Amino acid sequence: MNRLSWFNTVSLTLGFAFLYIPMVILIIFSFNESKLVTVWAGFSTKWYGELMQNQAFLDAAWVTLRVAVFSSTLATILGTMAAYVMVRGGRFFGRTLFSGMIYAPLVMPEVITGLSLLLLFIGIGLDRGILTIVLAHTTFSMCYVSVVVSSRLVTFDRSLEEAALDLGCSPAQAFRLVTLPIIAPAVISGWLLAFTLSLDDLVIASFTSGPSATTLPIKIFSAVRLGVSPEINALSTIMIAVVTVGVISASLVSKRAMVRQRQEEQAAARTE
Amino acid sequence: MRRAVLIAIPYVWLLALFLVPFFIVLKISLSDIALAIPPYTPTLDLSQGWAGIKEFVSQLDFENFVWLTEDDLYWKAYLSSVKIALIATSLTLLVGYPIAYGMARAPEEWRPTLMMLVILPFWTSFLIRVYAWMGILSNEGYLNQFLLWTGIISTPLTILNTQTAVYIGIVYTYLPFMILPIYAALDRLDGSLIEAAEDLGCSRMQAFWLVTIPLSRPGIIAGCFLVMIPVIGEFVIPSLLGGSGTLMIGKVLWEEFFSNRDWPVASAVAVILLLILVIPIVLFQRNQQKQAEAEQ
Repeated sequence: MNRLSWFNTVSLTLGFAFLYIPMVILIIFSFNESKLVTVWAGFSTKWYGELMQNQAFLDAAWVTLRVAVFSSTLATILGTMAAYVMVRGGRFFGRTLFSGMIYAPLVMPEVITGLSLLLLFIGIGLDRGILTIVLAHTTFSMCYVSVVVSSRLVTFDRSLEEAALDLGCSPAQAFRLVTLPIIAPAVISGWLLAFTLSLDDLVIASFTSGPSATTLPIKIFSAVRLGVSPEINALSTIMIAVVTVGVISASLVSKRAMVRQRQEEQAAARTE
Repeated sequence: MRRAVLIAIPYVWLLALFLVPFFIVLKISLSDIALAIPPYTPTLDLSQGWAGIKEFVSQLDFENFVWLTEDDLYWKAYLSSVKIALIATSLTLLVGYPIAYGMARAPEEWRPTLMMLVILPFWTSFLIRVYAWMGILSNEGYLNQFLLWTGIISTPLTILNTQTAVYIGIVYTYLPFMILPIYAALDRLDGSLIEAAEDLGCSRMQAFWLVTIPLSRPGIIAGCFLVMIPVIGEFVIPSLLGGSGTLMIGKVLWEEFFSNRDWPVASAVAVILLLILVIPIVLFQRNQQKQAEAEQ
């Protein structure tokens, strides 16, 4: 069992080659001297320099970042509330509708979500801009957050909360002192998920943005429609690098937290 | 009291920004196109009270839906989206299953790293991953350069802006959705069952078909739905990798809205797309529920 057969070795190698070669090519050719992206003409970082000079891209990046920070934070708060209500809220009027509204956006095609929100914003006369993109992103990513957080809430021992209440905590204190620290890793990964979903989104942002607010994916999409360009390669490389560093460090942090939690549990078991 | 507030905030948010917009789409799909801002009629005028509502309802009709059935562009787009989604899902399964299988058979200490390698592309921008293939598949792209260099072909292949490019793009971007549930199912699989099958006279191949595949079926089904449902409404891949011949409903909706500015027809397209998606979504939900019950 512990040695890989030749078949498994081949399928893993080919599979991961397929997943990673396109990105590696993209990264290599972002350092290409030539403007012709498919011909290698020597190493150069000039496209990164040009990217830094390109005001339109920098503006779009700034808009995207603000939208992502605001919408993921709002989505984390609302999504955690929704998860808490779903798992701990008991019965209330319209619970089925509520859970339907949490799960439906996960499978809703982006074109429909985008179209419907745009029609709403026009209907109520809200000017399209950063605010409308934030509202749109918050709505779909809060559902992802609530799925992540509720899967953690389901597995954790409710008696801990009850003990806190018995010992004189108010429900708000019990949540802040007991529940929140326990579900914190899930809340953080929910925030990260919402943040990357927002950074990444093209379709919903295209529907809900106005002329005053262009996000990076919208900018990339309109540039890419005209073909491959070395500047976009450089931009993609930066984005890939940021995500890679982010994901790897997040997983190292969560691994360390898990190890510490296990140690604490063992220590607690010993003292009993 | 506190509890009511806690429930009300996310509830009202979702009602206002998810459910209400959907009813607006439904309403506009029953309206007529007009040279106005917003470009459809009638608009609901609540200031006239009940008479306004009655007037509004009487003007709604199914004209746009009739239009969708008469113009065969839409029929073809729906059918071809479903066809592309079915073929692409099967291809993703064929590519993804061996990878998931290899991961589940890999030494224990490699598995977290392999998992991470599958998840990492999922966090990188979808747009960038699709874009990466434009440079590879174009006429003077890296793939053609490589094939010409090896002498396998003598004239460059046309792949970009064809259906083939769309399939490659879908398999590439949705592969993690297929691998992860299958891997989860294979990882839980008890190895002694396969040993038992082999002891009882199965060849390795037979044991694979008779034991491994049936036991990983929940993962296969989940993976297929996770790929198929979003692919039906896909927009980015057909518009960047596909050509003028690639008809997909997400692209049609986008063009109807942004190029033709026909909001009522775009809304009607959205309503029907949703009706088509209800079937796989309900089937998927049922599969997941059965799974959850089986585990308990």
